[in-house]
Amino acid sequence: MAGLDVRGLSVSLFTRGGVLPALSEVSLSVQPGRTLALVGESGCGKSMTALAIMRLLPEPPARIIAGKVMLGDTDLAALPERRMLGVRGKAVSMIFQDPMSSLNPVVPVGQQIMEVLRRHENLSGSAARTRAAELLTLVGIPDAEARLDEYPHRLSGGMCQRVMIAIAIACRPAVLVADEPTTALDVTVQAQILELLKRLQAETGMALLLITHDLGVVAEMADEVAVMYAGRVVEQGPVDAIFAAPLHPYTRGLLGATPSGGTAGRHTRLADIPGSVPSLAELPAGCAFAPRCKLAHAACTAQPPLKAEAPGHLAACFAALGVPAHAA
Amino acid sequence: MLRLLRRRLLQGVPLILGVIIMNFLLIQAAPGSFLDVMSAESQVSDPAMLEQLRVTYGMDQPVWLQLVKYIWSVARLDFGFSYRQNMPVLDVILASLPATLVLMLASLLIALLLGVTAGVVAAVKVNTIWDNLLSFLAVLFFAAPSFWLGIMLTVLFAVKLGWVPVGGMMSITASNQGIVATVLDVLHHLALPAMALGLFYAAVYARVMRAAMLEVLSLDFIRTARAKGLGRWRVVLAHGLRNALLPIVTLFGLQFGTVLGGSIVVETVFSWPGLGSLMLDSVSSRNYPVVLGVLVFSSIVVILVNIAVDLAYLRLDPRIRAR
Ligand SMILES: Nc1ncnc2c1ncn2[C@@H]1O[C@H](COP(=O)(O)OP(=O)(O)OP(=O)(O)O)[C@@H](O)[C@H]1O
Ligand code: SF4
Ligand SMILES: [Mg+2]
Repeated sequence: MAGLDVRGLSVSLFTRGGVLPALSEVSLSVQPGRTLALVGESGCGKSMTALAIMRLLPEPPARIIAGKVMLGDTDLAALPERRMLGVRGKAVSMIFQDPMSSLNPVVPVGQQIMEVLRRHENLSGSAARTRAAELLTLVGIPDAEARLDEYPHRLSGGMCQRVMIAIAIACRPAVLVADEPTTALDVTVQAQILELLKRLQAETGMALLLITHDLGVVAEMADEVAVMYAGRVVEQGPVDAIFAAPLHPYTRGLLGATPSGGTAGRHTRLADIPGSVPSLAELPAGCAFAPRCKLAHAACTAQPPLKAEAPGHLAACFAALGVPAHAA
Repeated sequence: MLRLLRRRLLQGVPLILGVIIMNFLLIQAAPGSFLDVMSAESQVSDPAMLEQLRVTYGMDQPVWLQLVKYIWSVARLDFGFSYRQNMPVLDVILASLPATLVLMLASLLIALLLGVTAGVVAAVKVNTIWDNLLSFLAVLFFAAPSFWLGIMLTVLFAVKLGWVPVGGMMSITASNQGIVATVLDVLHHLALPAMALGLFYAAVYARVMRAAMLEVLSLDFIRTARAKGLGRWRVVLAHGLRNALLPIVTLFGLQFGTVLGGSIVVETVFSWPGLGSLMLDSVSSRNYPVVLGVLVFSSIVVILVNIAVDLAYLRLDPRIRAR
């Protein structure tokens, strides 16, 4: 099975007010059977990354201007839409934050599952229905056969997310992109959904790109973490390394860590960092985090490159990379 | 579903009662009566005879008593008697009804087909030349009065091009032609009046459809449908349309009454022998029982259609069904 390898992906928003750099040179990779958590404050470009991978960006205003989205040997970013239709829901699937509104309110859930089976698996009629019921059972919905004819509003949020997951895994995708799949759910339900994703991943060996705000979820689920800020990946590495020794001041801020090391705890949400995310229209030159960074110095008016500090652990920060304050 | 039907029907009763009372009083306030016309046309000149007729038609009685009697007879589906056609008013109405229904259905069909299609295309191609063109046409047909549109269509297609007849519902020779030829003949006559009436509503539907579709297309489940790998038009038709049609269904019910009203205007322009023509003829001959009958009868039809639309809405939207 193929993993996902995003290389130097840049997305711009072509608005009336000008061209905004929504994503700049984002590189990520998720291997089969592994989970990459994508974290960062609201508005830093996590959903944008997910949608760009799916080629579901709102066009206009958004457009991929550079980079590759490699799925095995195929560059999804370069595929014509007609061929991309054969990829979505088949090789790469996505689930979303609000499961209730993600299902069509006037169509029974069974139909919504069968639709993707008809589209990609050439199943029809009773075969599709049987398979849909199997999928519902697989995602832990009891009495599946009867549930097929329910409308979404008759199901709870957790149930709806299970249905969404059933749709997403129906064709055994190589990659599942989950954009805050548990944010809208109750705490107990959150745990169940995560458990389900883990089990399905173990069974199918799919790669999971998990977007979340929740450090508990990261600790629970992820093998790797990528931290985003203002449309860039600023730190990336194995989950243990990131929790034990975060390099980027932004990551430390998120983890509630002191610069001398040691995190505030894994079971909290991202910590608040003083100041706010700059708008895309007013990004400072150089490191976008500089206005909020205690370690900012003269060199930070240039763009810090994403460099490996330890094997597999990358950060984009002059201070973290040991550039001394007097260097510039 | 049945419970709702019963409740709606019960709610309809006071509504119909109100309609009868209002129209009855309106007609009472109108000047003259058919007896004036009769005497003016010198069918009856003897004052004693006129007095006799007044008594026969109950016109000597106090207004409230006439009203109560009228309501009572309507309840038994008796709308009075028309001296002019020498038939019960109900029979007169039923004789003209099919022509109006055919015209209305054809117009609504045109309105739905053109309006929904135009609205969907405009929404999918939003802010393109297609959207602009369709919006321009919608404004044009929305602003054009149907009688003016009717006359313009007649001038172009009937007078200048000679493609269709100027008016009427069928050719004089049609009766001995066989069923297929007759239907074709009626359709031939129907084209212009149905367009004149239907284009306005097509414009209304197009505007509502465009707005509804744009809103629906921005909803989360549309993104889900795209994430399944469905093509653009499949997403629009299979997931967007069903949701975006809901406001159209409501509008259809609300506007059924005005379509009926509009057909009166169009019928007179095209001498289409339906309720509109009957109405006009009856007003000018002060044949008030027929006028009142048409008003009350059509109100009842409109109320019934609205009940049917409510039930249809219930079928289309499972969220409402649940309540
Ligand atoms: N149509 C648009 N026009 C202008 N800016 C946009 C548009 N869509 C998104 N943005 C901007 O793109 C940036 C990235 O948004 P994105 O939704 O990816 O953030 P996110 O990391 O998913 O945040 P959240 O945690 O709130 O989901 C934001 O700054 C947002 O304001
Ligand atoms: S590059 Fe400079 S401003 Fe940016 S995070 Fe590092 S130290 Fe702070
Ligand atoms: Mg988001």
